[in-house]
Amino acid sequence: MPLKLLIIIPCYNEQASLPNVLAALNELDLPGYDITQLVVNDCSTDNTVSIAHKYNVKLLDLPVNLGIGGAVQSGLLYAFANNFDLAVQMDGDGQHPPAELAKLLSCREVTQANLVIGSRFIERQGFQSSFTRRLGIGYFYRLNQFFTGKRIFDSTSGYRLFDRKAIALAATYYPDDYPEPESLVYFAKAGLGVHETPVVMTVRAGGKSSIRNFTSLYYCIKVTIAMFFSAIRKIQ
Amino acid sequence: MARIQIITIIISLLFVLYIARLIVKGKLREEYSIVWCVCTLILVVFSFWRGGLEVMSRLFGVYEAPNLVFTACIFAILVYLLHLSVVASKLHKQNKQMAQDIALLKEKIYGGSSN
Repeated sequence: MPLKLLIIIPCYNEQASLPNVLAALNELDLPGYDITQLVVNDCSTDNTVSIAHKYNVKLLDLPVNLGIGGAVQSGLLYAFANNFDLAVQMDGDGQHPPAELAKLLSCREVTQANLVIGSRFIERQGFQSSFTRRLGIGYFYRLNQFFTGKRIFDSTSGYRLFDRKAIALAATYYPDDYPEPESLVYFAKAGLGVHETPVVMTVRAGGKSSIRNFTSLYYCIKVTIAMFFSAIRKIQ
Repeated sequence: MARIQIITIIISLLFVLYIARLIVKGKLREEYSIVWCVCTLILVVFSFWRGGLEVMSRLFGVYEAPNLVFTACIFAILVYLLHLSVVASKLHKQNKQMAQDIALLKEKIYGGSSN
């Protein structure tokens, strides 16, 4: 029986890049997987919704802007409610090439990890982010190691494959904004197996990152606090 | 009774009336009105009891009575602000859950967006 795989594409004003992502997804051929595509529109002000309608995708249309974490969690709630075996987050800005999905899936087949992260920094190929961004990622690497004892090189990567256990856990709690590093602490505390596999990412094709320079300090502080409290909080 | 006492008592009473009006009109929930009623009550008590402030200062070991007023007021305001932050966080969480439920229901009904 093929595994039911949900591809969650969180979008906030991604009309420039979304058609490329969806077109590339349609060309994807993954034997053994029954794929459903789900666009999560995080209250975009552009034509994201009408673009999504042109493709054969499911659509979650959020009535208010929730931020990336809230949007991804909406997709995971959908996956949980509809009994999907696997769910993958693939950003609508084109940074996560659909062709790389096979690597995540094969990593899961080999390791049986509950969460597989597509990492830019294992083989150092493709888009490597700016210097300051890498500095921040290095900081979160150490922080994550301190809180969980695990080595995750690309803790800010959003290209992630969740299995049923991880979907169920994230459906109950997932951070709203800047969720990636904090959720790793949460998953590690819950005893989930987390694996990293190298993928090649590209520079975003359009739209704007949710993290720009003037907010990066806020980002570091917010995520540090969130990781600390995730580490001491009891899992409900 | 000194003039200032009469003024503060009148103002306090007007304040209570305004809070009552807000509750009647449904603009203020009862649980949030408690703190304002208590504040007014304290103001009224000290309006009648002029020496009260000196007595309280001596009780707490504060040399200058106005300092006690400032300290107590600022502390009370900080605690209440924290309470409001908690309320805002709760609303934020509930708002998120509702938005997600609406999106999931919309998908079930229309297969996505309503347009």
